Amino acid sequence: MTKSELIARLSERYPQLVSKDAELAVKTILDAMAGSLAQGERIEIRGFGSFDLNYRPPRVGRNPKSGSSVAVPEKYVPHFKAGKELRERVDLSEQTS
Amino acid sequence: MTLTKAELADLLFDRVGLNKREAKDMVESFFEEIRVALEVGDSVKLSGFGNFQLRDKPQRPGRNPKTGEEIPITARRVVTFHASQKLKGMVEQNNDNC
Repeated sequence: MTKSELIARLSERYPQLVSKDAELAVKTILDAMAGSLAQGERIEIRGFGSFDLNYRPPRVGRNPKSGSSVAVPEKYVPHFKAGKELRERVDLSEQTS
Repeated sequence: MTLTKAELADLLFDRVGLNKREAKDMVESFFEEIRVALEVGDSVKLSGFGNFQLRDKPQRPGRNPKTGEEIPITARRVVTFHASQKLKGMVEQNNDNC
């Protein structure tokens, strides 16, 4: 499912809204989520999951082409952890048991 | 601070002009549609944000850390998220100054 398919499914769910609203809603939600991670803030969506930032310490890396060493500065990377409901619904083995 | 569904609904009220009820439902449906897609085995690609993918993990040996007893970890399907280059860049840059 792509972003445009998600928008289409949401506008089907809400026929009373103009389809521009579903599009704007999806963009607003994604912008807010990205913006909050960019500011170092975590996201917690009950039943879906949480997005955190993981710290990567500075390290000495290598340019694979030339073999010369390069200092890689410390950074943060986004990390997602699925919530209980999502985990259970996706895991087929969970549903049969 | 943590971003939650309540804050997202407030944003939809302020910026999209949905009423409070619609805003709350829309946020819930946004995540529900992603869950449904993943549930039926479809990956989700949100350009500029990232991709949610499914991985089938085989059974592997595990251990109860309390008792040391060996118990197999059953085969399962899990969701992984890969942030887009754009999101990675935003996170890296903005946290430089903290």
